Amino acid sequence: MLTYIGRRLLYMVPTVILISMVAFVIIQLPPGDYLTALAAQLSQQGQSLDHAQLVTLEHRYGLGQPIYVQYGKWIWAILSHGDFGQSFEWNRPVSALVSQRLPMTIVLGFTTVIFTWIVAFPVGIYSAIRQYSPGDYVATTLTFLGVAVPNFLIALVLMYLGYRFFGLTVGGLFSPDFENAGWNLGKLLDLFSHLWVPVVVLGAAGAAGLVRTLRANLLDELHMPYVVAARARGVPERRLLFRYPLRVALNPFISTIGWVLPTLVSGEIVVAQVLSLPTTGPLLLESLESQDMYLAGSLILIVSVLTVVGTLISDICLAWLDPRVRLRYK
Amino acid sequence: MIDTAAPRHEKNEVFGKDMGMDESVASDERRPLLRIESLKTHFFVDDGPVRAVDGVTLTVPRGKTVCIVGESGCGKSITGRSVMGLVEHPGRVVDGHIWWSPADGDQRSSAGGRNPLRRSRRHAADSDQDAVDLAALDPRGEALRRIRGNEISMVFQEPMASLSPMYTIAEQLIETIRLHRRMSKRDAYRLGVELLTRVGIPRAEQRMNAYSFQLSGGMCQRVMIAIAIACGPKLLIADEPTTALDVTTQARIIDLLAEIQAETDMSMMFITHDLGVVAQIADEVVVMYLGTVVEQGSVEEIFHDPKHPYTRALLASIPKMGVGARKRPETIRGQVPHPLNRPAGCPFHPRCDQAIAGVCDTSEPPTVELPNGRRVRCVLYDRELVTTAAKGDQAVEATSGGTDE
Repeated sequence: MLTYIGRRLLYMVPTVILISMVAFVIIQLPPGDYLTALAAQLSQQGQSLDHAQLVTLEHRYGLGQPIYVQYGKWIWAILSHGDFGQSFEWNRPVSALVSQRLPMTIVLGFTTVIFTWIVAFPVGIYSAIRQYSPGDYVATTLTFLGVAVPNFLIALVLMYLGYRFFGLTVGGLFSPDFENAGWNLGKLLDLFSHLWVPVVVLGAAGAAGLVRTLRANLLDELHMPYVVAARARGVPERRLLFRYPLRVALNPFISTIGWVLPTLVSGEIVVAQVLSLPTTGPLLLESLESQDMYLAGSLILIVSVLTVVGTLISDICLAWLDPRVRLRYK
Repeated sequence: MIDTAAPRHEKNEVFGKDMGMDESVASDERRPLLRIESLKTHFFVDDGPVRAVDGVTLTVPRGKTVCIVGESGCGKSITGRSVMGLVEHPGRVVDGHIWWSPADGDQRSSAGGRNPLRRSRRHAADSDQDAVDLAALDPRGEALRRIRGNEISMVFQEPMASLSPMYTIAEQLIETIRLHRRMSKRDAYRLGVELLTRVGIPRAEQRMNAYSFQLSGGMCQRVMIAIAIACGPKLLIADEPTTALDVTTQARIIDLLAEIQAETDMSMMFITHDLGVVAQIADEVVVMYLGTVVEQGSVEEIFHDPKHPYTRALLASIPKMGVGARKRPETIRGQVPHPLNRPAGCPFHPRCDQAIAGVCDTSEPPTVELPNGRRVRCVLYDRELVTTAAKGDQAVEATSGGTDE
């Protein structure tokens, strides 16, 4: 088990290095460099960059030097003191922008995941063990709708319904009264009264997909010889279902647990935009629109690294839960 | 093949005497452990019902090994699974009875005693007061669950796939023991090690913590046997337990099963298509064809004096030593019809050399009871039917040859 984890960790190193390079290439893709973009932006506003400032920044990002020097300086700044560069759109450090958005993103992400699982597991299991029953058909119809209807459309419909019938101030995670208030019980309750809309919207497609996968996986396992053999040993039906086929059918979920992490940051940009959520998704979208390349590149880097870390976590969970993985790939 | 059966011959004569003594003591003699009566298990697929098991009648005496033989798809496995209530959707037992009488004489069956349905399902005509009709129990219900793995257990065709890869051997063994016996985990573990040693697994302690994918097919089948005998079942159903194994392992597993059966009072229902195995271990043989039992009798009678034309053809198709390498073994002409497209009358008549036109192809053959508890499902042994049909028919010769043999 330890050698398994150790080897997985080693695999991560080249992957992360490659990813950082790709992210840096993305930063460099637009014509010109950060300073020309900044100067252009400032002159548009009728200001100009003074020479000393220009030289400092040029030195800071290694501009005008070969690309690998620039990359080295960029990655070193991140590794040594978490400096992801400057967002010239916001005129603030990237790290400050991200850390401001991150807590709410994480709250939203985890609530969504929990909602998804609470809905998907019972429905998926029911759908599989009562295949072709009326309940299964209802679940199948709903899940196909859930998969097929775009999230932002559900968001718009829910916003309309919430506004029309419940008089909710929709969009965002807080009412205007609490937007800038400090944390207290009222603000927390206000958060929950707003949170359900994005959670339902974001969770709908996920839950629908999960139901489909669980149903298919479980149907594959339900009639395996080891299930029949366990029944022949006198294992009661409920215990049989949970201990034998379901246990194997869960593997695909465990191996995708890690993907929760990257979707926390980048997930559902369009929905977040529609619902004007204070998460990192809209930040990424805006940065791409305005060619705010240090912000965009950093977000892409963070998302990618989180994907790698998430995959590692999945692999470890899978090895822990499935002896075949644990013992075959030492 | 037949030679292999010879050593067993003596043993059966001894049994024959036993039976004779029993008869003098109680005219009712010992009730068979399991009696299947015109069992029908059909599969309801889109193209119509597939009559996989279509009127099977057979008995499993106490302490004996009954081999069910037949070609692939003749319903042997489904018969075994029907007994255990393991037939899966879209299959269903639609008719017939599976009388299970674990208690001999006055003793009451533990399962029967617990089963609230027992009284209403009691077999009225017979002395089967404590017999449970397994076919009438809910396949997913508690009554049948208590019997499975406890009074009746089963060994399957694919040993590797029949053990869950998620749990160790110990976990699956202990689970089975503790499902049926009040026992601490520690005691169950100890019993588990004993069982593994009993079925010939070396270093049983270490193997307890192994997973199925770390063991060979033969080892997995030994584990399956250990689990099957863990609760001291009255009946062990072995569904082609050696088909997936290599030949040397096959022989060892069969020896092991025969040994365990001989040591205990357990009966065994051994499902196979290998007549060599039948000759080696069977006390009684049930020959199946297309969902029906064509013949049941003792292993000597079946091998030395087969009655049903299908049994004869089956025995003739065994390759023989010393006959000459160039001579091809006999084959049964034609093919097994598709179950959706069963011939009317006797299912074997299109392939039967002795079929009587106007009889075999129109009406279901009767099951004829012969001496020594033998049964044959063929018109050739029903004198009345044969004589009426034989008037002006050429089949007379073949018929009389068959009956007077």
